[in-house]
Amino acid sequence: MTLDPASRVRLSLVPFTCLEGGKPMSDATMAAIERVETVEAFNRKGSLDQASASLMEVVFSRPASMTDTPFHYCPGCTHGIAHRLIAEALDELGVRERAIGLASVGCSVFSYRYFKCDFQQAAHGRAPAVATGIKRCLPDSVVFTYQGDGDLASIGMAEIVHAAARGENITVVFINNAIYGMTGGQMAPTTLVNQKTTTSPNGRDPKAYGYPIRMSELLSTVEGASYIARVALINPAEVRKAKKALLKAFQTQLDGKGFSMVEMLSSCPTNWGVSAKEAMDWIKERMIPVYPLGEFKVRDDEGVIS
Amino acid sequence: MINRPEPILMKGNEALAEGAIRAGCRFFAGYPITPQNEIPEYMARRMPEVGGVFVQAESEVAAINMVYGAAGAGVRAMTSSSSPGISLKQEGISYLAGAELPAVIANVVRGGPGLGGIQPAQSDYYQATRGGGHGDYRTPVLAPASVQEMYDFAGLAFDIADRYRNPVLILADGALGQMMEPVLLDATPREVLNVPKPWATTGMKDRAQNLINSIYLDPDELEQHNLNIQKKYRRIEQQEVRYEIILGDDADFFLVAYGTTARVCKDVALKARAKGMRVGLIRPITLWPFPSQVFDDLLEGKGNRQLKGSPKPFGFLTVEMSFGQMVDDVRLSVNGRAPVYFYGRTGGIVPSPREVLAEVEKIYAGGAGKPEKAGN
Ligand SMILES: Cc1ncc(C[n+]2csc(CCOP(=O)(O)OP(=O)(O)O)c2C)c(N)n1
Ligand code: SF4
Ligand SMILES: [Mg+2]
Repeated sequence: MTLDPASRVRLSLVPFTCLEGGKPMSDATMAAIERVETVEAFNRKGSLDQASASLMEVVFSRPASMTDTPFHYCPGCTHGIAHRLIAEALDELGVRERAIGLASVGCSVFSYRYFKCDFQQAAHGRAPAVATGIKRCLPDSVVFTYQGDGDLASIGMAEIVHAAARGENITVVFINNAIYGMTGGQMAPTTLVNQKTTTSPNGRDPKAYGYPIRMSELLSTVEGASYIARVALINPAEVRKAKKALLKAFQTQLDGKGFSMVEMLSSCPTNWGVSAKEAMDWIKERMIPVYPLGEFKVRDDEGVIS
Repeated sequence: MINRPEPILMKGNEALAEGAIRAGCRFFAGYPITPQNEIPEYMARRMPEVGGVFVQAESEVAAINMVYGAAGAGVRAMTSSSSPGISLKQEGISYLAGAELPAVIANVVRGGPGLGGIQPAQSDYYQATRGGGHGDYRTPVLAPASVQEMYDFAGLAFDIADRYRNPVLILADGALGQMMEPVLLDATPREVLNVPKPWATTGMKDRAQNLINSIYLDPDELEQHNLNIQKKYRRIEQQEVRYEIILGDDADFFLVAYGTTARVCKDVALKARAKGMRVGLIRPITLWPFPSQVFDDLLEGKGNRQLKGSPKPFGFLTVEMSFGQMVDDVRLSVNGRAPVYFYGRTGGIVPSPREVLAEVEKIYAGGAGKPEKAGN
């Protein structure tokens, strides 16, 4: 007897969700990981007796919307968590079969490898325009873009603002890691004041480099935007909130209410030059004060905005 | 006998838009720019009537990317613009070519460089026929010369695009876009070519993932991808060459011109004949693939369906609304076997039959100087 392979989990995912703000893992979390390891071990050996197998309960498994392709992301990068949340949302809303994703240009350019749904890869910054073309032609599909901060807030500024202004019925997942990850750590439009990057080697001096852009705040002023939230992928509690926001964003699209976006404060330990754990602190201590979390715009069923 | 309706008077731009709609185009995105504004305006009116989508994009960049999305979703999609806007679309056209998506892009050319002017020009020939954006790719280019052809070629462009999964350009100019001529809307009873698109991203359902993509980081994979699309381009070169030869039977000298200048040159050929010069006209209809074979046929006396054993011409005069772009393809085709002369006007000026005729007369009199330097 083997257990359903879908119930196996890539252990590399677990540490990030289990960091719990740097505190030692709780007993419950440890137990969850152990159980998963037992499932793995069971499948490897296949020799445990049926009785003990039936005692095992699958508490954590790969979402059906995810492939089993190993991530290409750096250790400690939260792109993977964001992917998983999207996959869970597609599963829970039962829309995988009509979902069409848009990979953009950045570290997530290969994001299409990890989702079991149709995908298009868009030019740098243009995903909202490409998504517009798809969604207008296939209104019953569920269209989402996955964009970095360089992609969305710099080169793709026009496309994102106008997709929102048109109230395009699409969902945008915006990964704000305050850096150009893929090209090796250059300054992004979201780079913090005084943050050192390869193109702001002495830190971002506003006199020469200007200020970080707050996309959620900016887009919430656009009439056509119906749901805008900012979350942080830093600990289980915040990850759970991120999931909720993502579900709401997709629901906004399913209800035909128009443009939705979830901005996710995300880690780039590689280009920030910090450890995976320090990266979580970095988001908490340095990013959140500049990029406050929460819902910036919610259009309810009566069309009332809060 | 086809029951042909009365011809109706239409602007070139409108004819192009109607042709696209009748060819099953159901997605249009564009951005205003003279002299092509009638295309998006017409689409804005007509698309809702046929259940299609019109989007006024925030820029030409966005428009071509919307077309990318729609084409990837399996819908016949197009955009139109004029020269400065077409420059902005080049990244998107390169992505379309890389991802092998069928789409139609119409360029109602105006004078450049820079903001240039709003009058007709043919100065985007290089850009259109050499790919235009980054990477080794080609796009078939159709050059209409009448309002009727603006209508007809819209459908043809979609058929070629679908057949080869490749973007196709229509290279018109401000004159063709703005002029009104009678059009027989059903002159070519249109059967929309229905190419299945199993690759389209329409939602995965229970099949494997469909992916529209142009990234290949592994050099071997990218080279293989490029070899595959090159193979496709060779097929296009074999199968899609189109041209017209006017007054070719007995011509000993040929004008070479496309689009609006071909109309002028037809007039020139007739006027020259009235003066005893046996001038013919080669009108490339596909600018890529370029009808090089015609020059071989003429120069090697091979005969040709449209040439019926005409004498070997003693020269060619390429006429363009540019400083000489298509003339490069004429020279490559002629390959030194006969002199190739050039005459061009730019800035939005359409060469007059009188000035082109004067050039022809100079050449016949042997006084046109060195062929490469002829013209202004
Ligand atoms: C037109 C264009 N300009 C520049 C690039 C190079 N480029 C690739 S990824 C990237 C930055 C992506 O940064 P971001 O969107 O923040 O994503 P991240 O890698 O941080 O997740 C750039 C500039 C490109 N591919 N295309
Ligand atoms: S470079 Fe940064 S954003 Fe890119 S995968 Fe690595 S950690 Fe993640
Ligand atoms: Mg980034």
